[in-house]
Amino acid sequence: MTNTLTPPGRPVGDGAVAVKPDDRLAADKRYKIIEATMRRYGYQGHGLIEALHSAQEAFGYLDDFTLKYITRALRLPPSKVFGVATFYNHFTLKPQGVHTCVVCLGTACYIKGAREVLSAIESGHGVKAGGTTADNQLSLLTARCFGSCALAPVITFDGETIGKVAPQTVAGQIAQRLATSALR
Amino acid sequence: MPRTLTINGQEVSAGNEQTILEAARDANIRIPTLCHLDGLTDVGACRMCLVEVVGSNKLLPACTTRVQEGMEVHTDTERLRAYRRQIIELLFAERNHVCAVCVANGHCELQNLGIAVGMDHVRYDYLFPRLGVDLSHERFGMDHNRCILCTRCVRACDQLEGAHTIDVLGRGARSLIVRDMNVPWGESTTCTSCGKCVMACPTGALFKQGSTVAEMVHDVEKLAFLRAARERKVWNV
Amino acid sequence: MNLEELNATATNERLAQAKKNHHLHVCVGTACQALNSEQIAKALQTALRQQGRNGEAEVKCVGCPGLCSLGPLVEVASRVNGGPTQPANESPADANHRTAVLYQFVKPEDAEEIIAHLGGEPVKRLETPLDQPFFTRQTKVVLENCGKVDPERIEDYIAVGGYQALLKVLTEMTPQQVIDEITRSGLRGRGGAGFPTGLKWGTVAKADPNRYPTNVPEGIQSRKFVICNGDEGDPGAFMDRSVMEGDPHRILEGMAIAAYAVGANHGFIYVRAEYPLAVKRLRTAIRQAQRAGLLGNAIGGTAFSFNVEIRLGAGAFVCGEETALMASIEGGRGTPRPRPPFPAESGLWGCPTLINNVETLANVPPIILKGAEWFAGIGTEKSKGTKVFALTGQVKNTGLIEVPMGISLREIVFDIGGGIPDGKEFKAVQTGGPSGGCIPAQFLDMPVDYESLAKVGSIMGSGGMIVMDDSTDMIEVARFFMEFCMDESCGKCIPCRAGTVQMHRILTKIQEGKATTRDLQILEGLCDLVKHTSLCGLGQSAPNPVISTLRYFRDEYLSKVKPG
Repeated sequence: MTNTLTPPGRPVGDGAVAVKPDDRLAADKRYKIIEATMRRYGYQGHGLIEALHSAQEAFGYLDDFTLKYITRALRLPPSKVFGVATFYNHFTLKPQGVHTCVVCLGTACYIKGAREVLSAIESGHGVKAGGTTADNQLSLLTARCFGSCALAPVITFDGETIGKVAPQTVAGQIAQRLATSALR
Repeated sequence: MPRTLTINGQEVSAGNEQTILEAARDANIRIPTLCHLDGLTDVGACRMCLVEVVGSNKLLPACTTRVQEGMEVHTDTERLRAYRRQIIELLFAERNHVCAVCVANGHCELQNLGIAVGMDHVRYDYLFPRLGVDLSHERFGMDHNRCILCTRCVRACDQLEGAHTIDVLGRGARSLIVRDMNVPWGESTTCTSCGKCVMACPTGALFKQGSTVAEMVHDVEKLAFLRAARERKVWNV
Repeated sequence: MNLEELNATATNERLAQAKKNHHLHVCVGTACQALNSEQIAKALQTALRQQGRNGEAEVKCVGCPGLCSLGPLVEVASRVNGGPTQPANESPADANHRTAVLYQFVKPEDAEEIIAHLGGEPVKRLETPLDQPFFTRQTKVVLENCGKVDPERIEDYIAVGGYQALLKVLTEMTPQQVIDEITRSGLRGRGGAGFPTGLKWGTVAKADPNRYPTNVPEGIQSRKFVICNGDEGDPGAFMDRSVMEGDPHRILEGMAIAAYAVGANHGFIYVRAEYPLAVKRLRTAIRQAQRAGLLGNAIGGTAFSFNVEIRLGAGAFVCGEETALMASIEGGRGTPRPRPPFPAESGLWGCPTLINNVETLANVPPIILKGAEWFAGIGTEKSKGTKVFALTGQVKNTGLIEVPMGISLREIVFDIGGGIPDGKEFKAVQTGGPSGGCIPAQFLDMPVDYESLAKVGSIMGSGGMIVMDDSTDMIEVARFFMEFCMDESCGKCIPCRAGTVQMHRILTKIQEGKATTRDLQILEGLCDLVKHTSLCGLGQSAPNPVISTLRYFRDEYLSKVKPG
């Protein structure tokens, strides 16, 4: 069995030219951020979660290539890295849309109608929780509590907290933000 | 410094580093287990070996609890029997365990426990999840429908073979046993095809290809043997 | 810096602040920030400049003053003309030569008006009384600096007495004396279990680091560890977030004192990833404390060294459990381990480890400075001190409160909380999050302490307190919490992994009108199984909401099941 931990150059979905792994590492500056994190922990295994955080923040999700890169750098078994990446809610292995909206389903928000808020966004934008709209503009996620319970129900849009939302108006608020950013 | 404790009213002598499970075994007292396997570390996950200890208001897992001098242990009370029956029923309801068509029929630890706890029906709703079967490896197969997530295969691969090919994806009831980054077994680059995971599996989840119904027998003693041989450096070659 | 330098810094800071007659405290906690409080702060500063009042007033960004439902909040603390020079950070409501005004629902456009009214009559339309029960019935210990100090300036913390406790401990007390003081105070773990803190510290201090095999990674110089549990996963709880955002130095000081007491030289603060502002403030605080010589090597010029680093959670409620948290710091999946051995003897990388909740550690500096007897004088016989609660749900005043143990539920809900809005009736209050229970109206006069809450089938928990009115469907509440536990279960042990799924299934059946009395029996049997055979606290307490709603609202269940 050949050692294929180093992924061979293969065509990427959008028609871009196949690149050898080292080329991609060199070409994409974001890998330097991840490298810096791993170096801070002496490339030891206990820095895995911090490394995954860096990667998630830099790329928006953890793709196969990046996971393998971290696996090699930290000298961990690939299954272990994969097991950790899939255990935690925060990490996602699927690419996200241009914008992300997270609906809080914590207790205080739930009592104040978070379920209806979620349904309103789902029907208003044609996307289910955990998915992305067809035009890749909006990803809809749920979370268990942001700790801003006094503003219940709460959603975030690209990290910005929006409190006291209502099912009747929330889809419109999001549409407005999508339109504003499209104009820029 | 040996310790004396009583198990089910019987006085038992044990070494001070022994667990209640080990001490009971030495005294021929059987405590049911599922996630325990001689040769592997214990994780206390299946909760089948929980015992009542006088003075403790919590039930303690016999496989990970060390004996204390003067401990009074009860392993087979009505309460414990009721709990064990419920746990086995939960397992049968959780995935698709159909003995009649299983390679491990007659040689299965889950089935044996089902009989031992007197399970004649399952009170919980069968969930019938649709799980896959991986036959990509040339010699072995993995049927997730029969997996009880005991993680014996994970520990065998990590502790005895040293490859750590196997780990767990996700969490909760959505957990799945995976190899490398969830690749088909045949495409794993770290697997050494040693077969220890197959030896370790208590059910028909891991099996040798070519086995038909009731033909799969797991050679669990071999794992304990390998571990002991390594630790005691038996071979002088 | 040593004690002399600390005192000098404190005095200088107080003098500098005393030069201004007015201090405007703008809350920049996450919730108020979501309502533009940072723009408010900027607008106030601009208005000060434009009205030429820069020399007499100063804008300070602070942590959460508590009354979140009226946010954004701005507090104006003013010195009456001719009054003596006093430390700028005394509670304005106390000192009678100072006045304070609290403005609610502030918008950036209000800045000019607020500045124009400095020293004169307050802006009536924005004012909310500071002598309302929400404030007067609270006892602030853990939150005493939140809303008063700028969390991003160590000098501000020092000015109110910060790091005095740490230097006192390092120069005047032995580790055993520190443990004795904490033990005598009666402080119990505020993360939910209520385990006596002094006892835990003592166990770690006595633990032999060679007893169990260890594998500390290279580069970490310590044989024992202190971990601050900032994972606050209970939905509806934001006490720890507010302390981490509003008074981060307090936590560092508490950790350092704990480390000295137990013999640790390295510490971790585990913060959930959903709290980016808390992470940022803590990082800043660590840097500032290190630069000031109050953290790191040779603290205060003594031989004691203590380094702190932050570790991020990644969205797993189970990582609030001690052994799962440690597994996460070690870089693995957050699955708990059977105990014994307990973390105090074999924890992080096998070493003796002290894990304490944020709120527990925040209580430590005042206990050292004011004494165990002072702390033991607050609260009840078995539950000493105060407790911070996040009061939310169907109640008028939602926000953060700190009350002495033993206060009644009625006082919290109706006096401090202002009662139920929209003319609805009180139905129940849920404490302890997904691990707790619902308490019905018949217990409104019960004291809030560890034992009393356990007796009625709930727990203190970390402090989430959710008020429910008569429109709440209690079975839906139980089902909501069971869904949460089911999603967050790590999957290691069978009772929790499979049991929560089956319990959730039955609760859903009940809601859909498809359940029978037999299903109810099976549900109760599962509650018993999961509670007594699960490996960790998540599973063991997952049935609590079901058990408590079955106990007090059984008729709701019975009305929805068919015979059979």
